[in-house]
Amino acid sequence: MMLLLKNATVVNADGTMITDVLIGDGIVKRMERDIDELEAEIIDCAGKLVFPGFIDMHCHLRDPGQTHKEDIETGSRAALAGGYTAVCCMPNTTPPLDNAAMITYVKERSRVAGNAEVYPIGAITQGQAGAKLCEFGKMKAAGAIAVSDDGKPVENGAVMLNALKYAKTFGIPLISHSEDKTISADGVVNAGENATVAGFRGIPKAAESVAVARDVLLAEEADAPIHIAHVSTAQSIEVIRSAKARGVKVTCETCPHYVAATDDEILSYNTSAKINPPLRSSSDVEAVIAGLVDGTIDVIATDHAPHSRDEKNVEFDYAPFGSVGLETAFSVAYTHLVLTENIKLTDLSRLMSAKPAEILGLDGGRIIEGARADIAIVDPDEEYTVNAEDFVSKGKNSVFDGWRLKGRVVKTIVGGEVKF
Amino acid sequence: MKRKDILGIKDLSKAELNELLVEAEVMRGHIDRRERLSILSGKTVATLFYENSTRTRNSFDTAAKNLGASTMGISVATSSVQKGESLIDTGKTLVALGVNAIVIRHSAAGAPRLLAENVTASVINAGDGQCEHPSQALLDVFTAKRHFDDLAGLKVVIVGDIKHSRVARSDTLAFTKLGASVTLCAPYTLLPEAIEEMGATVEPDFDKAIADADIIMPLRIQLERMNGAYFSTIEEYHECYGVNERRLERAAADSIVMHPAPINRGAEIDGVVADGYNSVIEEQVTNGVAMRMAMLKYLCAQ
Repeated sequence: MMLLLKNATVVNADGTMITDVLIGDGIVKRMERDIDELEAEIIDCAGKLVFPGFIDMHCHLRDPGQTHKEDIETGSRAALAGGYTAVCCMPNTTPPLDNAAMITYVKERSRVAGNAEVYPIGAITQGQAGAKLCEFGKMKAAGAIAVSDDGKPVENGAVMLNALKYAKTFGIPLISHSEDKTISADGVVNAGENATVAGFRGIPKAAESVAVARDVLLAEEADAPIHIAHVSTAQSIEVIRSAKARGVKVTCETCPHYVAATDDEILSYNTSAKINPPLRSSSDVEAVIAGLVDGTIDVIATDHAPHSRDEKNVEFDYAPFGSVGLETAFSVAYTHLVLTENIKLTDLSRLMSAKPAEILGLDGGRIIEGARADIAIVDPDEEYTVNAEDFVSKGKNSVFDGWRLKGRVVKTIVGGEVKF
Repeated sequence: MKRKDILGIKDLSKAELNELLVEAEVMRGHIDRRERLSILSGKTVATLFYENSTRTRNSFDTAAKNLGASTMGISVATSSVQKGESLIDTGKTLVALGVNAIVIRHSAAGAPRLLAENVTASVINAGDGQCEHPSQALLDVFTAKRHFDDLAGLKVVIVGDIKHSRVARSDTLAFTKLGASVTLCAPYTLLPEAIEEMGATVEPDFDKAIADADIIMPLRIQLERMNGAYFSTIEEYHECYGVNERRLERAAADSIVMHPAPINRGAEIDGVVADGYNSVIEEQVTNGVAMRMAMLKYLCAQ
């Protein structure tokens, strides 16, 4: 079955063009104006924006072991609803994804689900215990797209240094959750005025920036690439900016909530706003946006972190960290970055598609003839109010629940098939 | 519309504070005349304490009984809370048992609010994490008002572990709402970020902070804080932040010393000061019952 996208405004990282797009055999066959193809099902894209399918470098699918929060099928289907054609899932499952058999499990479950492509991320250390390295080579052969210590940062600097060298050996990207747990301690929100007023224990910004500095310097020492997950502070971004300027192979991501929300959200004791790293102050939000504008920040990832209603409907201190994000990421980024004229549509395409593909070594992230037909079609004019109860994801814990957003994913095509 | 809950000084208007102060004075009269009331007869007040406390809990219990209410004490050690029952479920169970008001103390900031949003009963915050302790602040301003009549223009110094103190936060809000100025004094390790935004002045040097103060309030210093590197030794703490007779000479002539109790003699306060003529620490206890009666009446009386 062929598909013909008529009058599509294709938004690639390197430019925008109005064209028809003919899709067959799972790939983009032709891109030119006024294609006539009687065999093809026509999708009228007039007035719509056609992006290369979004690639999420950072989500939690909770499978195996925590499937009351999310599983591979629901998570990868939620991804489709957000325009994601591929997602990378973090290894902090139960048990963790710390060996090839676990990687194979995720690949097999996602193949059966047949939604967005799922690329598992393997753990850096066995059991995420921070001591012995996992089998990076075997995990990569089984389909691991990267390795990461997400949620349980490697505390020992020597282990982290060797992990960077070992990852470089196998050519597998290393994604660092940079956090000094001795500084963040038992904090639950960003340290600052709002924490003081609301009576919460604070997480100082230095808990993140000190660890980002360490990890970037270790990568420089190892002459190895490193990708820093979910940066949220002005100081972290400055550390990365200066490292990039002297040639360190560092890339980084931020998340829609660090662009659009501040720690004002915690004043209502809303547990969906309890996120790690925590929502920061408005000066950090400005720094994050500046980092996206000047290219210091390479990627927008979701850090989609689903939890069950009962887990979040408790005392703030007891609620787990995290907000879901797959189904709102595009709308939030479009509303709070593009419509505010901080970045262009092509920048958004780079941040959500081209750059993630490049860092992960994937084909894709661009709509060009011959490329796999992974596509997200969005209606830039649709304005809506987020209702978390409508999410495909099992997790309804969205910091954006009730927010008014503009620009909505209307169709997602994976490998030439309309999946959403 | 009538208020259902008292969760913090933050939510109370100056008019409400004054209303409670007037009511507390009436209640104090009943206490002094040893009169029992029946304003809340037929009502049940539960004290739900997730943190140890004898003082506050007994104070609320006495206040409820003075008003003619029945009381029910839920202690964490013997209830289903130990079996992992959620706060909301516990609250709904209490309401099903006929409880009209729940007095809650909890280590998690915002817990009383979570409870209040999920039960029909009135909720009184008896201390939540580092957030608020409204009944303490109300009894403190009540005690101050009985001494100074008008709080406007008074200087209040709160000294000690401000960072972890809900009393410091609630007292700052209450005293400033009534026109007093509040100076918070502690080493920088024990001062929370941006506390000035709550309306207080910060002065880490106690000798400077206490100058011309009308009300001096040392907070209990917990010795465990030394393990978190918040200060060095208790000797140095006492030397720099202890309330002693020498320092009191720098305060205003008719100053009073308050303390939320229990006190650590020889740590944040010298015994001679705690027992001295400036001390109103015992009076605070009686005033606490009066204020808690006022609060219960304010929420629960027909």
